[in-house]
Amino acid sequence: MKPAETVPEARSEQAASGLVMRDVNLQIGDGEDVVHALSDVSLVVEPGEFVAIVGPSGSGKSSLLAVAGGLATPTSGTVMVAGRDMTVAGKKTRTALRRECVGFVFQSGNLIPALTAEDQLRLMTKFGKKTGRDPKKLLAEVGLAEKANRRPHQLSGGERQRVGIARALMTGPSLLLVDEPTAALDRQRSHEVVELLARETKEHKVATVMVTHDHDVLSHCDTVYEMVDGKLTRVE
Amino acid sequence: MFLALRELKFARARFGLMGAVVALIAVLMVLLSGLSVGLVNDGVSGLQRLPVTSFAFEEGVQHDAAFSRSVVKTDAVKTWAGQKGVEEAAPFGNALVNGKSDSGVEIDLALFGVETGSFLSPAVAEGARLSGAEPAGIVVSKTAVDAGVKLGDTITIDRIGTRLKVVGTLADQHTYGHVDVGYVPLRTWQEVKIGAGPGDEVPARAYEEITAVAVKGEPADAAAADKAAGTETLALKEAFGASPGYTAETSTLTLIEVFLYAISALVVGAFFTVLTIQRKQEIAVVRAMGASTGYLLRDAIAQALILLLLSVGAGVAVGVGLGSMIGGTAPFALEAGAVAAASALLIALGVVGALGAVLRITAVDPLTALGGSR
Repeated sequence: MKPAETVPEARSEQAASGLVMRDVNLQIGDGEDVVHALSDVSLVVEPGEFVAIVGPSGSGKSSLLAVAGGLATPTSGTVMVAGRDMTVAGKKTRTALRRECVGFVFQSGNLIPALTAEDQLRLMTKFGKKTGRDPKKLLAEVGLAEKANRRPHQLSGGERQRVGIARALMTGPSLLLVDEPTAALDRQRSHEVVELLARETKEHKVATVMVTHDHDVLSHCDTVYEMVDGKLTRVE
Repeated sequence: MFLALRELKFARARFGLMGAVVALIAVLMVLLSGLSVGLVNDGVSGLQRLPVTSFAFEEGVQHDAAFSRSVVKTDAVKTWAGQKGVEEAAPFGNALVNGKSDSGVEIDLALFGVETGSFLSPAVAEGARLSGAEPAGIVVSKTAVDAGVKLGDTITIDRIGTRLKVVGTLADQHTYGHVDVGYVPLRTWQEVKIGAGPGDEVPARAYEEITAVAVKGEPADAAAADKAAGTETLALKEAFGASPGYTAETSTLTLIEVFLYAISALVVGAFFTVLTIQRKQEIAVVRAMGASTGYLLRDAIAQALILLLLSVGAGVAVGVGLGSMIGGTAPFALEAGAVAAASALLIALGVVGALGAVLRITAVDPLTALGGSR
């Protein structure tokens, strides 16, 4: 186990199109109650690399996702996605950056109940003028070609998560942030979903960061980090 | 509207229920609008159709009973006619009587006494206008014709026995205080007013008294004119309040309408508040994925607008249908303008209610899309 801060310089330059976090601190609250959600976290994820972050709940895993995806602004440090600064001021700019560069996969899919699988994907191209991938092709890629017209309640947990993955890839993000994708799945389905994530990461050359409790699925990942009390360390 | 339309379709039972409530409110609005227009027509259409700017009543008269209580001397007409800015002034008499036609139709009449040559003497649809040649002639409202009074009939006034011959009928509804209007020559009116029947001696002062001076044109100095003539002027619209029951009816209906508008805005607001709270997680997800607040707000407002347009449209259609069925039996008249204004107000207030609710979208933190604690 060696600290993540010692990532060689050369590697980060190559990763200009992936995720680069440097000396990121996030403090929540103020005065006596201040919580160090992230302490000097540095992390580089290259395109096509599948990184997993494990750790107990409350250790700061979700904070890392929030900061990496521009949902929260760090107290200090830099966060670059595809060479673009995610810590800029202005909610509108950060929203636009998320739209452009980041894909999210949420717990249990977090799909919109009213939309069919295909519409979940098409919705992604409705916020801005961004053109997306072909939703039908993407659904076929995750093995749901025949279920394009089903709504979330007509899909199994694993299928919902696959739709969630396809949705996140719809606009061709540079960074894919995955939050506990296997929380609601059995062993078999968990492996299938994480395998799919690994495959898509390689195929679409996207930098993927997955936060998970599930140590069983780590074999599919390229690099594994552990998060304890806001500190990130690499697991060899 | 990608999301809005799909959600409307998906949750159609829920939106349908809400739409039904708005539609029922719209039905009620249409019926109330028809009723209030109908009551106004019944109460004051005879006054509305007079080519009059204002009435000069007896000084100090009680405003809500001016037509029944006011007594003005005929001299006042001359004084008023001489005022600057006044185009014309004529004597006007108003009295409510009960009568019966010779074909057996019992009819209540608001007798409007006018000078036969004056600007108050109405044009007729059938028959002839009032003239000096027929001192006992009467020109009646179309509504009296609908009730069975025909041209050439003779109407006998109860108790005093004055016989009036129907010489002409008017084209439109002319009613006053829910009673049909009949125009009679001023002298005849003055005799009826004092209670003098055929053959009775009429005191000379009867011919000097009228209800009010009908004035056409804006006097340059109304206060001075009132002082000179010993009168008190009410504009035509203000004089409506002197029609029996008019103020009570219109204010009651207005109150009901105001409450309905408020109820509909609150109901729509409450519905969209609950809906937005239920959608919170979904909104957080969509925002995390990069949807702007503006996009989500537009989407939600479009959804509310579609719901309101459809349900108000359906409600108005049903209301107009029902209204045309009850048209003959109650004071009810649908005016396109009044219905359109009511519908527009209903939709506008609904949007205001919905807007208040969906503004909660702005308070949804996209961070909540990430499960667990951060």
